Amino acid sequence: MTDVSESVEIALTVNTERVKRSVPARLNLADFLRYELELTGTHVGCEHGVCGACTVRVDGEIVRGCLMFAAQADGCAVDTIEGLSDSREIEELQSAFVLTNALQCGFCTPGVLMAAQALLRDEPNPSRERIREYLSGNYCRCTGYQSIVDAIEAVAKARASRGESGSTR
Amino acid sequence: MKAPRFAYARPASLAEALALLAEHKGDARVLAGGQSLVPMMNFRVAAPKVLVDINRIAALTGIKVSKNHLRIGALTRQADLERSADIARHLPLIAAAMPHVAHPAIRNRGTFGGSCALADPAAELPACALALGAMFVIAGKKGERRIAAGDFFKGLYATALKTGELLVAAEFPLPKPGYAFAFGELARRHGDYAMVGVAAHGSTQGGKFTDMRVVFFGIADRPQRAAQFERALDGRPAAAKTIEGGLGELDADLSPRADFHGSAATKRHLAKVLAGRVLKTMQGVAA
Repeated sequence: MTDVSESVEIALTVNTERVKRSVPARLNLADFLRYELELTGTHVGCEHGVCGACTVRVDGEIVRGCLMFAAQADGCAVDTIEGLSDSREIEELQSAFVLTNALQCGFCTPGVLMAAQALLRDEPNPSRERIREYLSGNYCRCTGYQSIVDAIEAVAKARASRGESGSTR
Repeated sequence: MKAPRFAYARPASLAEALALLAEHKGDARVLAGGQSLVPMMNFRVAAPKVLVDINRIAALTGIKVSKNHLRIGALTRQADLERSADIARHLPLIAAAMPHVAHPAIRNRGTFGGSCALADPAAELPACALALGAMFVIAGKKGERRIAAGDFFKGLYATALKTGELLVAAEFPLPKPGYAFAFGELARRHGDYAMVGVAAHGSTQGGKFTDMRVVFFGIADRPQRAAQFERALDGRPAAAKTIEGGLGELDADLSPRADFHGSAATKRHLAKVLAGRVLKTMQGVAA
């Protein structure tokens, strides 16, 4: 018989560290990361999948942390902005964001960086239009997006000039 | 807000999932990609007592091509449809529709079956399924049954699925040579649900429209074929002039309801403009 319970035992990898917890079934992944693991870089905005502030990676693909229950991440590898930052995977994007002033309040920035990194992995040389389209699920209320697109485009061009292409799936 | 309390079950097989759905009946909801159900729970519009998470049932995932049809497992992620060479080759209508479905992070979780079983009237995949003449495969305690897309969508968020049943796949007939497609939608922002959309499929072989299926979404309470407009195309030259000449038929076919996007008249106008614009992009249509 399959277990049916309001409390679920989960074991997963978060930013390369093994984690085991017992969680309420209703706890979403973003809140699990913030409250259980104190990884508060994952922000919670709209809680219905529209704003993109809670974007994290699950098994290598970006997802909405607010639209997945922590229970569903059992056995998965989760990467948060802290992990991507510590591993220096997004160092170049972070520097470009600072240089182009691509953030003010910073609330959307972790989610935007998550999405930008996913885009550049799959499409190393996106047009400005494509960058805007890809980021259409990440709301920023400060910048007007122009400087965010500038930053991502700058990183894409810098990588191209070094002859790098995105990693293949 | 946060989702209300519920009990969580993660069956490993279709049989286990069906047993859970039979046991909990109306108290249970199926959790597939969760990209619509979870927001509805967070809004407290939905409050199922039991969630049956089907994400670990491997048999529900995948795209298979056989001699006469292409089968899409219900749990196949929208992102996998978007990337599939088989979809691009055999069902290019779906490939064209995918970038319009929400955003990449949503498509990584959202599933084909979830979108069809939810039956949002403004969703792309139900319209594509209807335009392509898909057959839905439904499993229940008593076994499998098949139902055509035209009979599957029953109304606003309503389908032919009965309590205890699970959508397991859809089978699409492989298009014959000479068939072409068209897809387009109008949305206020990229990734938003469509104000109005159109998915069309049919033959333009020999310079003539035949077997046209023109489906509108975001207009009625379900994806809707435009029967009179289709009749105005069928048998006539596959040309812009035929399309323009037939657009008036949409007045009879479509009775849009006013919504937060605009009045009924606005939506009807947009539907005509979009249909004219989009159908002219079909391969084999003369300018």
